[in-house]
Amino acid sequence: MARIGVFICHCGENIGATVDCEKVAEIASHYPGVVYSIDYKYMCSDPGQNLIKEAIKEKNLTSVIVGACSPRMHEPTFRRVCSESGLNPFLCEMSNLREHCSWVHFKDDVTTEKAAELVRILVEKVKRNKPLYPIKVPVTKTALVLGGGIAGIQAALDIANSGLKVIMVEKNPSIGGHMAQLSETFPTLDCSQCILTPRMVEVAQHPNITLYTYAELEAVDGFIGNFKVKIRKKAKSIDENACTGCGICSEKCPIKKIPDEFNAGLGLRPAIYVPFPQAVPNKPVIDRTRCTYFLKGKCQFCVKSCPANAINLEQEDEIISVDVGAIVVATGFDIKGTDFFPEYGYGAYKDIITGLQFERLASASGPTLGEIRRPSDGKVPEKIVFIACAGSRDPAKGIDYCSKICCMYTAKHAMLYKHKVHNGEAYIFYMDIRAGGKMYEEFVRRAIEEDEVNYIRGRVSKIYEKNGKLIVKGVDTLLNSYPVEIEADMVVLATAIVANSDSEQLAQKLHISYDSYNFFSEAHPKLKPVETNTAGIMLAGACQAPKDIPESVAQASGAAAKVVALFSNDELTREPIIAQVNRTAPPIYSTCVGCFLCQSVCPYLAIEREEIRTRDGKLIKTVAKINPGLCQGCGTCVALCRSKSIDLQGYTNQQIFAEIMAIYNRREEYVRV
Amino acid sequence: MSEFEPKIIAFVCNWCTYAGADLAGTSRIKYASNVRIIRFPCTGRIDYMLILKAFENGADAVIVSGCHPNDCHYTSGNFHARRRWIVFKELMDFLGFDTRRVFFSWVSAAEGAKWASLINEITDEIRKIGPFKDYIKLKSIGKNTLGEII
Repeated sequence: MARIGVFICHCGENIGATVDCEKVAEIASHYPGVVYSIDYKYMCSDPGQNLIKEAIKEKNLTSVIVGACSPRMHEPTFRRVCSESGLNPFLCEMSNLREHCSWVHFKDDVTTEKAAELVRILVEKVKRNKPLYPIKVPVTKTALVLGGGIAGIQAALDIANSGLKVIMVEKNPSIGGHMAQLSETFPTLDCSQCILTPRMVEVAQHPNITLYTYAELEAVDGFIGNFKVKIRKKAKSIDENACTGCGICSEKCPIKKIPDEFNAGLGLRPAIYVPFPQAVPNKPVIDRTRCTYFLKGKCQFCVKSCPANAINLEQEDEIISVDVGAIVVATGFDIKGTDFFPEYGYGAYKDIITGLQFERLASASGPTLGEIRRPSDGKVPEKIVFIACAGSRDPAKGIDYCSKICCMYTAKHAMLYKHKVHNGEAYIFYMDIRAGGKMYEEFVRRAIEEDEVNYIRGRVSKIYEKNGKLIVKGVDTLLNSYPVEIEADMVVLATAIVANSDSEQLAQKLHISYDSYNFFSEAHPKLKPVETNTAGIMLAGACQAPKDIPESVAQASGAAAKVVALFSNDELTREPIIAQVNRTAPPIYSTCVGCFLCQSVCPYLAIEREEIRTRDGKLIKTVAKINPGLCQGCGTCVALCRSKSIDLQGYTNQQIFAEIMAIYNRREEYVRV
Repeated sequence: MSEFEPKIIAFVCNWCTYAGADLAGTSRIKYASNVRIIRFPCTGRIDYMLILKAFENGADAVIVSGCHPNDCHYTSGNFHARRRWIVFKELMDFLGFDTRRVFFSWVSAAEGAKWASLINEITDEIRKIGPFKDYIKLKSIGKNTLGEII
């Protein structure tokens, strides 16, 4: 027999001013099963909590209802109070009298009635609550970091420096990501590689970090603390242990005219190559889609030239299986190319380049060794037009969002250009200048005032070539939309940051959610910015949304802190709000008929097949079984189950039907009909 | 007899609409007190039997509300709810049930004002449609005019 205690909180004036709490407590005392009912000014205060504790002991309560604020606010508090008094915490329920009643309605009898009814709903539910016990799962104290850009590097180093093992997977031949391509960084103008490369080396040499470059995530199974990951190590065609990184093979390779990815297509590389001089690991890979041997079956110049005999053309992709406890996704971003812009010639004009290409031109390690020379004829441009928001904030192009870093890097580009070409003229077409960040606004002002960059507020409608010049047609909206025409030598488009083309597939492999632009979604936009909705998987950097370097680093450290906190326990405890398939005595065993419709809807692949066999191994039936570590408790399977064999603990059919039945007690009306 | 006050049951998910209703509270947006909220982990958990039970028990309207598409805490529960909903509504319509009494909505955790206006709109609409009486017929099946079980 249930012995329920009802505790109504006034929350000072918050509930008490609109709801007659005394009356609610009085009404509740008559509900069947309620043995104790009382109201108090502040139930969450120390005396309030003691009131509950004493009542549990004195009245021998079997369950507790607290009518107060939202359970999202204080459910953990009151559940803890119950468990401290020896009552299973899941026998305590909260009735939301504040957010859902007193704060949204006016003071009258109806509001008090509603409050009493809200209490009754939960009284009926709690009668059917069963004690539940947190689920314990062991933790594999190794983290997987996907992506070796600055965010991945930061996360990996932070985790590894806490004494934990890290596995880093990078799809390119070298770690470093986009940051390695940058020339100088805003707002300090310090050299990007100078601050990045020491960290890249640190990753490679760290005893706690295992680095797999030229590798991709193949499959993920498992759940928080216990992920089973398969990594595809693509064939580099090099024996990494034997290779000394001398570089003779690259010199001997007869194929030399492949557009260089690292230089954003502005340079050329051979088929066997190291992406850039500071690459980590500094060992070449063979691009099998370009190599003559793999296309035509002969050549092998590299094999003959290699003094260490390190080239292995027969090497195959390798699948590595690892167990990890947490995953940090730091796969970064991509940018739109110039071919995305029909109004700017679909990328047909060589001297219209992207911001990333300009970075390579301005970089000391770039194809022009840091001199600003235009790609078509190598001349130093006398006039450059920069176009901000190329694609970004443009619903017509399907990119509604702001790419966030373009305002700053465009100002930086114009500044670098003016520093290198003193008599040059720089024009920037912009929509707004968004320079939120420490020292950012000052940086833009410096570009305008000290470096005399011409900012024109307006859009560019068209660019076409005429007599070797690029004619940029736009308007100046600050001069009443006055038409502007500039004869430029080079145009730089601050093209939009977009999600990686394979981010959707990656999200589906990881079972994390992603937004309409294919950026990965965080668990809560404000309070859980680094976690995903899948427990144990964190986000870092621009794979979540466009971000600059400091933000990526901060988020990566945040993700690392979450991983370290997760690994600080030997076992994880999880709320036991999970689904369960019923089991009964033989000869029925379970009402589950084994249709496995549930399996098809479970977003977590938590439903397994269980074979029930006789002692001599004869199969009786196959039924569904929930893996408690994987189940997150959404209950989709429960609603779908044809035979009603699955139930969700804490939200059982019995509990919810009881809640509905408690709402409008119209039985008397039935009799009158 | 006093003016008809509709009785509305809302089945909401814990992560979006329940939090949205909480936000309506913290923002002190006043709305009609006719609604009773039942919390679910996800709209995917909402079995249509529960909706029928609510009507059988005397509700004048039922609202099902959860996260916007793509925002589901459990990745896809709201999609299943939506799909189930489409079939269920068609079926109810076919059976002659007044489907104006069942509502489906997306209310995110940031949409407290939307929740309040949703409740107000639905309450007004149901006031116009009038009370739901069919459940009484249902309950009288197997009983004589005096209410005794045959």
